[in-house]
Amino acid sequence: MSAPIVYRSEGFELPGVQRNLIRWTIYLGFAALAVGVVNGLDQALSYAGINIFRFYPEMRTYYQGLTVHGVFNAIVLTFAFGNGFISLTTARALGRALSTPIQVAAFAAIAVGTVLAAFAMFTGEATVLYTFYPPLEASWTFYLGLALIVISTWLVSADLFLSLARWRREHPGERIPLLAYMSVVTYLMWDLASLGIAAEVVLLLLPWSLGLLPGSDPMLSRTLFWLTGHPIVYFWLLPVYVSWYGMIPRQVGGKLFSDSVTRIAFLAFLLLIPVGFHHQFLDPGISPTLKYFIAVLTFAIFFPSLMTAFAVMYALEIGGRSHGGKGLIGWFFRIPWRDPSVSAQVLAMLAFMLGGISGLMNASYSMNMMIHNTTFVSGHFHLTVATAVTLSYMGIAYWLVPYLEQKELWGRTLARWQSWIYFVGVLIFSTGLTIGGFAGMPRRTPIALISYPKLPEWQLAGLLAAVGGSLMFIGAVLFFVILAVTILAGQHEAVADIPLSETVERPTLAGWAVRLDRLGLWLGVSLVLVLIVYGSFIAHHLPPHLISQPFKAF
Amino acid sequence: MERYEKTFLVLSAAVLVAFLVALAYATIAMHIELPGKAGVIPIKPGQNVAAAVLATAPFNHPGVTKIGPDQYQVAIVAQAWTYYPREIEVPAGARVTFVVTSVDVTHGFEIPGTRVNMMLIPGYISKLSYRFRKPGNYRIICHEYCGILHHTMTAVLRVK
Repeated sequence: MSAPIVYRSEGFELPGVQRNLIRWTIYLGFAALAVGVVNGLDQALSYAGINIFRFYPEMRTYYQGLTVHGVFNAIVLTFAFGNGFISLTTARALGRALSTPIQVAAFAAIAVGTVLAAFAMFTGEATVLYTFYPPLEASWTFYLGLALIVISTWLVSADLFLSLARWRREHPGERIPLLAYMSVVTYLMWDLASLGIAAEVVLLLLPWSLGLLPGSDPMLSRTLFWLTGHPIVYFWLLPVYVSWYGMIPRQVGGKLFSDSVTRIAFLAFLLLIPVGFHHQFLDPGISPTLKYFIAVLTFAIFFPSLMTAFAVMYALEIGGRSHGGKGLIGWFFRIPWRDPSVSAQVLAMLAFMLGGISGLMNASYSMNMMIHNTTFVSGHFHLTVATAVTLSYMGIAYWLVPYLEQKELWGRTLARWQSWIYFVGVLIFSTGLTIGGFAGMPRRTPIALISYPKLPEWQLAGLLAAVGGSLMFIGAVLFFVILAVTILAGQHEAVADIPLSETVERPTLAGWAVRLDRLGLWLGVSLVLVLIVYGSFIAHHLPPHLISQPFKAF
Repeated sequence: MERYEKTFLVLSAAVLVAFLVALAYATIAMHIELPGKAGVIPIKPGQNVAAAVLATAPFNHPGVTKIGPDQYQVAIVAQAWTYYPREIEVPAGARVTFVVTSVDVTHGFEIPGTRVNMMLIPGYISKLSYRFRKPGNYRIICHEYCGILHHTMTAVLRVK
């Protein structure tokens, strides 16, 4: 007795147009990753004092490459992957097609947005890094491009919500299929979370860059940025959680245990949106009491991640034991490591454990003073977004691309090596940056070019960063080779469906768990929390202090 | 929910509570305080931020001031891509309070090996106290990107 996580277990196929739109959206994301990765290698080497970015044909400065690296990897890749992947999982879960016009509009928005932002960055008109703190001022094309990229996610949301609303009208009294629940909550969370950055870009920065405002408000912009800037990491991560909960159990031959616990974990991310102030622990102008309160909320995010650790480990254990694994940890070695999609994602999970610990250190109020804006932070997010998320995207691609192309994956063995090389690379890279961070090595800084002497601890740190970063680069290149050969020269193979987990525990039709599906209610609760945390700060701050004149020396 | 599941969730909650207690201890018992509300730069309508900073005490006379027995205030103005003053001297063991602001973009202010670490945001005053017990040269580094020569933005603190 187990329950499916989709409405119809068999016999659903997306219309060809929609499948193609999803395919192009995901390829746009991976193309962005390729550009971003190329502009990452020079930074890794810079930590060891090796300066290669001057050989990059299009890059005039280190910071220009750093901007491209951040925007392409952390925004274009993740948003495109989310748009494509979550559209697919929602359609599959509800067993109904999406709206083609909305999908076309969403693809057009992210494609045009990416081109505009890329134009600004590559012409040197937007070397403002992916946090674009004013009064550093980019050209208006950069802000407009970012706005379009965010709008594309809202269009996808609209499509998901419309599909879900129609499905619920047709199926009164039924529980939302678990896969659709996870998918829709991901976008619901993001819609609320993205309001901060949308307000910042559309109301402050874009009009400012067009000369319509007398100045910029560095403090308000920064606060609005981080209102979105922390929950944005859930937007990167939750599509991966959809895979870890919704697909990996099937791929390892196990089952997901609990339907309700899965829903609670996703809801927790919706409720814990307003924690971005922990990125501003060391900012002036914000009271320490608010900062302490935010530290507590931030720690609470650890809870749904621990729930995930339990639920996913449990599924892996069922799978490992079904393959003959014995003992307390023997099962771990018997999960299907030969499947590159599994090896990439399980290694990503291991990286996420380390990333979670370093994240708690960042969030630790007082410890933050040791490491704020040092390379410790970069070490942390290369374990999380650059590995837990990106290596999982790669692992998902190992079944998703064959499904979308109806072709066999080329180079399965190479793909398995790819995941290990990338994983070992990030371990070395992040160890280096962590050591450097404890010794105060500043992030966002070309160590190869600094005008002051390096501290002794920075030597080893830089060496490890360069070696690990190079391995990550090789791992990423292998991924693109596998992807390109599969797409261009793969053998045709019919792939009927995507991998889908089942839950041991069936969703109930009565009792408290049914309330988990009242998404409007939970969105309301989350909105109230956002207003409590941000409301008083913003109300006291308004109207905007448009004090700062544009600064363009980059 | 299954028994194992419940046990795991209870244990997770316990770990979380333990972390929060440790955090409260560090804040209250060890007096580790973060920068907070230390005032703003009064800027008249239409006035340039840099002009406003230079018209505001103590930034009109940046540098070291003795403010009490064993207590010093160090006023520093940050500007792309330097700090004023660039060289600072304070006695070892004294309580040093840094009062810093930026005249242009967002900068950082970090002294490796200590917990002196704060952001400098135009229009706001950042303030933090620290006791340097060991004599020697300490480096002040800007750790927030502030334009093309960000990596050259530094100052030296001599503790004698």
